Amino acid sequence: MKTETITQANGSKPAGPKPWYDPRVRSIFFQIVAIALVFWGGWTLVDNTLSNMESRGISTGFGFLEESAGFGIIMSLVPYDATMSYGRTFLVGLTNTLLVSAMGVVAATILGFIIGVARLSSNWLVAKLALVYVEVIRNIPLLLQIFFWYFAVLAALPSPRQSVEVGGSAFLNNRGLYVPDPVTQDGFGLVWGAIAVAIAAVIGLRIWAKKRQLATGKIFPTFKVGVSILVLLPVLAYFVAGSPLEWDVPALKGFNFRGGITIIPELAALWLALSLYTASFIAEIVRSGILSVSKGQTEASKALGLPNSLTLRLVVIPQAMRVIIPPLTSQYLNLVKNSSLATAIGYPDLVAVFMGTTLNQTGQAVEVVAITMAVYLTISLLISLFMNIYNRAVAIKER
Amino acid sequence: MMKTKSIALGMALAAGTFAASNVMAATTLENVKEKGHVQCGVTNGLPGFSQPDSEGNWTGIDVDTCRAIGAAIFGDAKHVEFTPLTAKERFTALQSGEIDVLSRNTTWTLTRDASLGLNFAGVNYYDGQGFMVNKDIGVSDATELDGATVCIQSGTTTELNLSDYFRAKGMEFKPIVFDTSEQTVQGFSAGRCDVLTSDRSQLAALRSKLADPSSAIILPNTISKEPLGPVVRQGDDQWFNLVKWVLNVQINAEELGVSSENVDDMLKSDNPNIQRLLGSDGNLGEMLGLQHDFGYQVIKHVGNYGEMYERNVGPNTPLGLDRGVNNLWNNGGVLYAPPVR
Ligand SMILES: N[C@@H](CCC(=O)N[C@@H](CS)C(=O)NCC(=O)O)C(=O)O
Repeated sequence: MKTETITQANGSKPAGPKPWYDPRVRSIFFQIVAIALVFWGGWTLVDNTLSNMESRGISTGFGFLEESAGFGIIMSLVPYDATMSYGRTFLVGLTNTLLVSAMGVVAATILGFIIGVARLSSNWLVAKLALVYVEVIRNIPLLLQIFFWYFAVLAALPSPRQSVEVGGSAFLNNRGLYVPDPVTQDGFGLVWGAIAVAIAAVIGLRIWAKKRQLATGKIFPTFKVGVSILVLLPVLAYFVAGSPLEWDVPALKGFNFRGGITIIPELAALWLALSLYTASFIAEIVRSGILSVSKGQTEASKALGLPNSLTLRLVVIPQAMRVIIPPLTSQYLNLVKNSSLATAIGYPDLVAVFMGTTLNQTGQAVEVVAITMAVYLTISLLISLFMNIYNRAVAIKER
Repeated sequence: MMKTKSIALGMALAAGTFAASNVMAATTLENVKEKGHVQCGVTNGLPGFSQPDSEGNWTGIDVDTCRAIGAAIFGDAKHVEFTPLTAKERFTALQSGEIDVLSRNTTWTLTRDASLGLNFAGVNYYDGQGFMVNKDIGVSDATELDGATVCIQSGTTTELNLSDYFRAKGMEFKPIVFDTSEQTVQGFSAGRCDVLTSDRSQLAALRSKLADPSSAIILPNTISKEPLGPVVRQGDDQWFNLVKWVLNVQINAEELGVSSENVDDMLKSDNPNIQRLLGSDGNLGEMLGLQHDFGYQVIKHVGNYGEMYERNVGPNTPLGLDRGVNNLWNNGGVLYAPPVR
């Protein structure tokens, strides 16, 4: 744009410059050259590596993903046994990584917010306790904390034969927590349907309540009514359908429990360590976010007669969120990446199962490492993406 | 931590294979001579096979196998350096050129030999997989292990054999997979598993590491063949031959009655087999790219196979393993080295 105006302004060459004198053309040309060079460089790297590995007798390619794996994995969210393929072990590892990461993100966020707010509490004891928590937890290496929880948890638990019975049908021992597994019977579809209807109803209710509040100023107790709908409707459907659920209760057979769902100590320890550790960082982020909201905002809100809880919810937190979201995102990314410390205690995450056993049994280091890195990159980018969308939603809208 | 190491090794492998195309690669032997030492991949610590003491001195049968290679090249046993590796890291370390030889109780299998770009240069210990169980569970045979939780080390043949065995017997099991043998033992002693499985040679040593060794028993079953030996990169036949023949020389020396104690006297022997072995006659060493007396240096500084065995894993060591199949072929075992001639 600028170029054009200049050319026109001095008017010396009405026919326009020769293309190779045109800065715009030139810059596009050099950018294309640069991209071509990068691609050429990348391609030679890959091509050279592959042909060299071949000449050294190292198997290459992704065919191994279809071969049968032949090793066992302790925990899997998708059906798995040793006759399935290496591709399936990838899926098992991935889902296990996603599980512990998701559980960790939720727990760390809740805990982090509570502790962050507690840090600012006017109660001296609460504030100091929160301070001690943050300083202790975030200054001890995570790996040590994982080991600590793992072996502390194991040492505290009894052997299977001395299991602690919880409520008659759940059992706790050093092999994990065994809980009954709900097995859906015919007719459970009705319950799923009721859940869907309830969700739709709550969304509708919210929209209606907001509209009404804007129009009339009357507040509708959306939260209480919404929760009631979400609970009551599926429960009603459950009984109408004739209780279509049976429980697979774990029982001691031989020297271990069989049946039910097992929450293994590796998962518990990793989850605990990741959540507690990340929460200490999130607490600091939340604290600084809240402090960044100027005092005048709180005072103004109080002057309007809003109670403390509403001041926090409607005035302080929304503004603090703008400061909190970006660093919170990087804590989530850290948590996901830190979950790969799982290998140290034998939790079968992506790194342990795929980059560990699968890599070693197939020997295809380059492929497996590349896939694993791509997965972590994708997870991280997705988290960033969602957090950015959320950030845009809460950011100050300039009108 | 493990992850970064594997990634680093993976990248090194990619970079190494990339770079190698442009440079006319020097042979491993030339590299070793230039560096002045053999870089040898071993375990993080496994009694009898490769274990560092508090001063960082390594001992073990796998360590001695490396020292013998060093002695063949440099004429003493000091020019060897050790890289501790987990089971998962070992092959990548060898492929990428980080180590010259892998001597880390590694089982010779078809897949490893044919798909990793590696060559197995022989067997320095014939092993098999076994089980150690917690006494409390009252099991005396592996066929009673249905439903057991098993502690195991990642990236081993052990992991595959275990699954094969249970499947073949129609039994269920739950594997808990750790990175190092130390963690595996810790998991077992913390009661996380009923069973610990590994190469049999290790079970006694691992059992002795437990706070209360009498709380565990070793089952009589052997469920696999585990021929363990040194491994080199494929494509450098000179180095492959060298490693292979150093081990063969040690086995032949035992057969011929040549040991580190009598080797100087044996130099005067008029047995032509011994003369060729020690290089007092002929120049077989030069065919391998070595001095003619490499055999003498190996026996002088490290000893013959039997000495190496007795010193590290034999009945008078904490491992206390009988020679069994690891005896010479003419003594009831399977060690049968091709002739040095
Ligand atoms: N021979 C088997 C097993 C080798 C192996 O790694 N064994 C374990 C214990 S049985 C070990 O040496 N651990 C020592 C360490 O990790 O430092 C193989 O080659 O896969």
